Amino acid sequence: MTPVPLVAVVGNPNAGKSALFNALTGARQKVGNYPGVTVERHTGRLSLPDGRPLELVDLPGAYGLDPTSPDEAVTRDVLLGKQKGERLPDALLIVLDAANLDNHLRFALQLIDLGLPTVVALNMIDLARRDGLELDRAKLEAELGVPVIETVAVRRRGVDEIIASLAALLIGPRRVRAGEGPSHDPFALQRRARAIATSAVISETPVRRLTHRLDAVLLHPFVGPLILAAILFVMFQAVFAWSATPVGWIEAGMSALGQAATAALPAGVLRSLIVDGVIGGVGAVVTFLPQILILFLFILVLEATGYLVRAAFLMDRLMSRAGLSGRAFIPLLSSFACAIPGIMATRTIDDPKDRLTTILVAPLMTCSARLPVYTLIISAFIADRTVLPGVGLQGLVMFILYIAGIASALLAALVLRKTAVRGGGGVFMMELPKYQLPHVKDIALGLWQRAMIFLKRAGGIILVSTIILWALASFPVAGPGQKQSDVSIAGKIADGIHVVVAPIGFNHDISLALLPAMAAREVAVSAIATVYAIDQTDEQRMTQSLEQRLQGRWSLPTALAFLAWFIFAPQCISTIAVTRRETNGWRWPLFMVTYLFVLAYLAAGATYWLAVAAGL
Amino acid sequence: MTAATSLDDLAIGTRAHIASVDWASLGKSEAQRLRQFGFDEGVAVEPLHLGPFGRDPLAVRVGRMTVAIRRSHARAIRVTLIPTALAL
Repeated sequence: MTPVPLVAVVGNPNAGKSALFNALTGARQKVGNYPGVTVERHTGRLSLPDGRPLELVDLPGAYGLDPTSPDEAVTRDVLLGKQKGERLPDALLIVLDAANLDNHLRFALQLIDLGLPTVVALNMIDLARRDGLELDRAKLEAELGVPVIETVAVRRRGVDEIIASLAALLIGPRRVRAGEGPSHDPFALQRRARAIATSAVISETPVRRLTHRLDAVLLHPFVGPLILAAILFVMFQAVFAWSATPVGWIEAGMSALGQAATAALPAGVLRSLIVDGVIGGVGAVVTFLPQILILFLFILVLEATGYLVRAAFLMDRLMSRAGLSGRAFIPLLSSFACAIPGIMATRTIDDPKDRLTTILVAPLMTCSARLPVYTLIISAFIADRTVLPGVGLQGLVMFILYIAGIASALLAALVLRKTAVRGGGGVFMMELPKYQLPHVKDIALGLWQRAMIFLKRAGGIILVSTIILWALASFPVAGPGQKQSDVSIAGKIADGIHVVVAPIGFNHDISLALLPAMAAREVAVSAIATVYAIDQTDEQRMTQSLEQRLQGRWSLPTALAFLAWFIFAPQCISTIAVTRRETNGWRWPLFMVTYLFVLAYLAAGATYWLAVAAGL
Repeated sequence: MTAATSLDDLAIGTRAHIASVDWASLGKSEAQRLRQFGFDEGVAVEPLHLGPFGRDPLAVRVGRMTVAIRRSHARAIRVTLIPTALAL
């Protein structure tokens, strides 16, 4: 059986490559990893008009076959058939930004010279026309010697033609590859690209470009930073405000499920496992899906419009003071969703020392896994009132927690640059792409993929650790007059942890939650939920929310100390694992965990004692 | 008569041609990235925006694309001003 033909979608960053990939494959996509490196591998399938299947792989955007980053190295290695975990593509689909041929043809010429069957997508042709640029497609086709098709990926224009063209290329026996392609003098190549680009221009009417007008405001030295601050503020308020309703639905659903299970099952160990362990624990985490999706929605939209790169531009100088580059802004912003994609996104940082520093401080950005913890504690202990028109106290506290994370990340970076990670740095180079309206389908697909990853976590690592904790917390069974959470194995382990964390105001409950929270931070919430559920009578369970139970058991200084601990939240096995992979060893992840633990302990202690001294 | 200067001294909105790039003063990967962005002798450049803090970095139009680079790298790029069209 011959394997399904593989077509590599390849091009410069900002050519609209992923949009075209999405338009071609729809939702039939898989996200994986190349072995040994943490570069994501996006593949998808489509059917040719004659019914033959075709596999597409969306390669990381690159400026050429001379890589300056691990992402670009994967692109080169796949194209040369040297990448582990990927066969040599049978054909190439090169994606060009029609409005930037001078630059993009450089890479395209290198790719065409590889000698594989090739189709060129002259993408974003509508935006080029909007900018007053008329291109001669036939002329370009003649110059390049391969089919050139005009496309507008976000509107699915030209997609059928691309498929037809690929189908025509893949008829007949597989071509033997030409080899590595000729080596190029970079300047000669660039000049050839410019000559072809110039010859393909029919007419050019200078217009005041929309992007330029928007940048005049968004990159304005005074207005620009204000707009950025406003966008971030709205983003964090929205995470709270918009999620209230769907969170209510999920809570109601979980509660109904728990009651149904209670009614259906006989009292005993199994019922306790299902109701307290699985529904109580995992349900407490799934409740936070709306907030995580709202956060990702903002990041995906900001990225798709081209604004995120502008934010990096605005922030570069400030970040350089902390020894980082503006490039670090995007990985750090992604870390608000999760440190893992954030740390992976540091691969776009060219300078190795800049990159290492960014990795080490990324866990200080408040990831969405802390949201469940913050939300629970804030809604239990912070009054729901408005302090200013449109600004709620709860949202404000959340904002302060985020700011505290950012401030400590910048401080940590500054200290690291003077101590553990000295030298290098000083580089910030990035393309500012044109602004674009994001396409609803692309955003929806991105959100869907994130939701699936989160739910798989909830169904996997969180479910397993919740069940283990349930078992540890349920046995041995407490006698009359004893509290289950004191007598159980988990209670005994927590006794040991409590000795260490009692000086910073942590109670027995928190000691119990800290250990399973190593698996995933949000497990802290499900752990507390599980333990309380086990401790309770059925009657309490019906009438009291988790917040109400917390209010009865924790003092305000303890709750605040717990929040401060989670600003640093050193515990997260996945973050440690990805750091080990990205830094090639145990040295830096161990360093990271140690410094985060020390900071978490000091911050929680300081918060607790200040709050006690203030009489809270 | 055209005046030669370096890219970081060019006023916002001033169009110029690249006269030369001091590749030797740049690190290997920085030089490579600048070349990939299309910085090369004879190419038209125009500074468009400055960073809000300390007038750094610069957003520069090079050819048909806009890139952000730091002032320290812009210094390595020598330019000659394009005379404003006939001073209408």
